[in-house]
Amino acid sequence: MTYLTLSITLIFVVIPLVLSKTLNLGLERDTIIATVRSIIQLLLVGFILKFVFDSESLLYIFLMVTLMIVAATHNARNKGASIKGITWKVAVTLIFVEVLTQGILIGLDITPPTAQYIISISGMVIGNSMVLSILFLNRFTAEVESHQDETELVLSLGGTPKQAIHTQLINSIKASMIPTIESQKTVGLVQLPGMMSGQIIAGADPIQAVQFQLLIMFLLLTTASVTSVMLGFLSYPTLFNQRMQLIQKS
Amino acid sequence: MTTDYKPAIHFNHVDYSIDGNKILRGITGSFPEGKITTLVGPSGAGKTTLLKLCNGLLSPESGEIYIKDKGIDSFEPVELRRKVGIALQSAPMVSGTVYKNLALPVELRGEKYDKKEAESLLRDVGLDEKFLDRKVTDLSGGQQQKVSIARTLVNKPEILLLDEITSSLDRTSLKEVEELITLINRKYGTTIIWITHNLQQALDIGDYTWVMMDGEVIETGESELLRSPANDRVKSFVQGGAQ
Ligand SMILES: Nc1ncnc2c1ncn2[C@@H]1O[C@H](COP(=O)(O)OP(=O)(O)O)[C@@H](O)[C@H]1O
Ligand SMILES: [Mg+2]
Repeated sequence: MTYLTLSITLIFVVIPLVLSKTLNLGLERDTIIATVRSIIQLLLVGFILKFVFDSESLLYIFLMVTLMIVAATHNARNKGASIKGITWKVAVTLIFVEVLTQGILIGLDITPPTAQYIISISGMVIGNSMVLSILFLNRFTAEVESHQDETELVLSLGGTPKQAIHTQLINSIKASMIPTIESQKTVGLVQLPGMMSGQIIAGADPIQAVQFQLLIMFLLLTTASVTSVMLGFLSYPTLFNQRMQLIQKS
Repeated sequence: MTTDYKPAIHFNHVDYSIDGNKILRGITGSFPEGKITTLVGPSGAGKTTLLKLCNGLLSPESGEIYIKDKGIDSFEPVELRRKVGIALQSAPMVSGTVYKNLALPVELRGEKYDKKEAESLLRDVGLDEKFLDRKVTDLSGGQQQKVSIARTLVNKPEILLLDEITSSLDRTSLKEVEELITLINRKYGTTIIWITHNLQQALDIGDYTWVMMDGEVIETGESELLRSPANDRVKSFVQGGAQ
């Protein structure tokens, strides 16, 4: 695709702008900001990726992955601001998920240790782990808040903090994993996954594209479960103090 | 009031605050062992907070609390809470059946709770044993309150803390619960601290009373003091009626 054809695709931006204007949706400003940001961000990423792929330097790969983790941590931590030490808890979770998945992929020789593979797969894993962290933290904070009475009840009957928070923790872990599992049940029926479509358009054999998509989907199941469980078990102790009391907030 | 009896719980200049707001100020006094002491006062006075300090659900900001002459911090929290049981004001239920709620204290220890025991406990609080397999969501507020009381009794606490446990009970049930608690007190020598907004109840069942207002204990003594309080604020509170 040339830059000329790419600029013609701006038609697809003009349509929502016109609709927003005529129907008074008030979305013009956000639409323009979103468009400009996506152009700048993606082109920048494209150039950086090209540079890193060409250099094949381990250091650059490492820096890229670190950058992803830092950005993802920053995004996710804002959602769990009420949990003490949430920044490093999210960071440790993301690092663990990244090391675990790449360790299995490269260790078992499933994917080659090249910049193309490591960076694209890490992007998906870290991105999904970030979304899962946000889902989990949202749900967990809400569950803890709305079930404070039950938590206190279990403590008052001689339960440990872990017993007192167990139901809320399990519910939050489950709830945050459900979208990942559900989306896999209908994959391919309604819409093709973006990555697979991209590969097919770029000329890859559909069967090859499907195989790769399956790998990614299985990977994301691990990502989802490990992220929620790990973040859950790192987070809950901060709600209690040494004397097994719920830390009071007003 | 404290000289005749050994204190089960003793407060010494206890303060408690949340985010810099003083909730309790300079609480000093004893709850006599084997007696029923009622805690009365307008809502927001700090009664619930004081009760939660007694079994370590909260810790004082300053001052000391003694349980039978031992500093409260020398108890393991789990051990303390089994020894000093509380029936919480909101009577929270875990979702599931009545049996699941009654079995909770036992299952937290990793043991199984005998159905026969659960049935007999239910009868004690005035609920038919057929309630055992009912979902708690199908119960009325009063019935949940009874389940909550029964659940607190499962651990057989030496000291029993009751937070407005009869607020949603009808007159008959209220009398049943008062009789049950009095019986437990007589039979096992259980020390009872009972928050109530019902002054008649305080007179009927309490040996002693503490009157609290604005985070402070204003007057303590035998329950009869509620008939002729010395303090003017207590007088107007008592005359304001039971609400
Ligand atoms: N978790 C909390 N956060 C902020 N304020 C609280 C909290 N718990 C209690 N309070 C305040 O402390 C005061 C005493 O509350 P409480 O002990 O429940 O009184 P009572 O049981 O006598 O009605 C009230 O003003 C209440 O608003
Ligand atoms: Mg209260």
